[in-house]
Amino acid sequence: MGESIAFYTLAVLILGFAILVITARNTVHSVLFLVVNFLFVAALYVLLGAQFLAVIQVIVYAGGIVVLYLFVVMLVNLKRPPEVHQDPHRRSRLALVLACVLLAEIGAIAVWGYVRPDVPVSPVSAATAAQNVEQVGWLLYTHYLVPFEVASILLLVAMVGAIILARREL
Amino acid sequence: MITPAHYTVLSAALFVIGMIGVLVRRNIIVIFMSIELMLNAVNINLVAYSSQWRDATGQVFAIFIICVAAAEAAVGLGIILAFYRNKETVNIDEMNLMRW
Repeated sequence: MGESIAFYTLAVLILGFAILVITARNTVHSVLFLVVNFLFVAALYVLLGAQFLAVIQVIVYAGGIVVLYLFVVMLVNLKRPPEVHQDPHRRSRLALVLACVLLAEIGAIAVWGYVRPDVPVSPVSAATAAQNVEQVGWLLYTHYLVPFEVASILLLVAMVGAIILARREL
Repeated sequence: MITPAHYTVLSAALFVIGMIGVLVRRNIIVIFMSIELMLNAVNINLVAYSSQWRDATGQVFAIFIICVAAAEAAVGLGIILAFYRNKETVNIDEMNLMRW
């Protein structure tokens, strides 16, 4: 019961702030709504028993990536509204309709796949935070060691690329 | 009772909101934020099923997705800055240099 209340509250908040992100006229407001959205997604991870990922979400997304966005919004000092010019070939209404069709399709698949009773999501008490961190760390440094190293190289390459792209004389 | 179907529907809704942002908005910074929303939707799915099967593999892959999202944000925002320096715009409808 408590899990249901928490889930529905978080779901409404996540979707509401996501809608605010894409509808806000001011880009700075958009970024701030994005931070709140990421924090509620982190709360959802705690509800699912993924405490380590929740902390990573707060540190990397809400702390790192969003600050990067905020910096770019501040650096891109717009002298005119960013969305005045519109391509006449753009079909926004068709895009909206197609997106709603996709939502109906995925939702139908999800609901249809679970009409039979299934194993419920394990409660939070199934694994403590320490066990969760231990499990994730164990998998990350044994089974997925090579992808882990590849990911670190990817981050290094991205860092070098970002520095070169942001240099004054490109 | 909250089943993974609930999480899948939530994730699908979040993904579609991000997709609408990508398709409808013309400010490229907002489009990048919509892409982050879509990556988050994928992560919710992975964590929900990881919790369902009591296997942390889904969470490991969610960490990889966060890593890729960070790389994408860094490079993408670098490209935005470089483009803004040349054309003084962040409107994607004016970014049609290589279109035709």
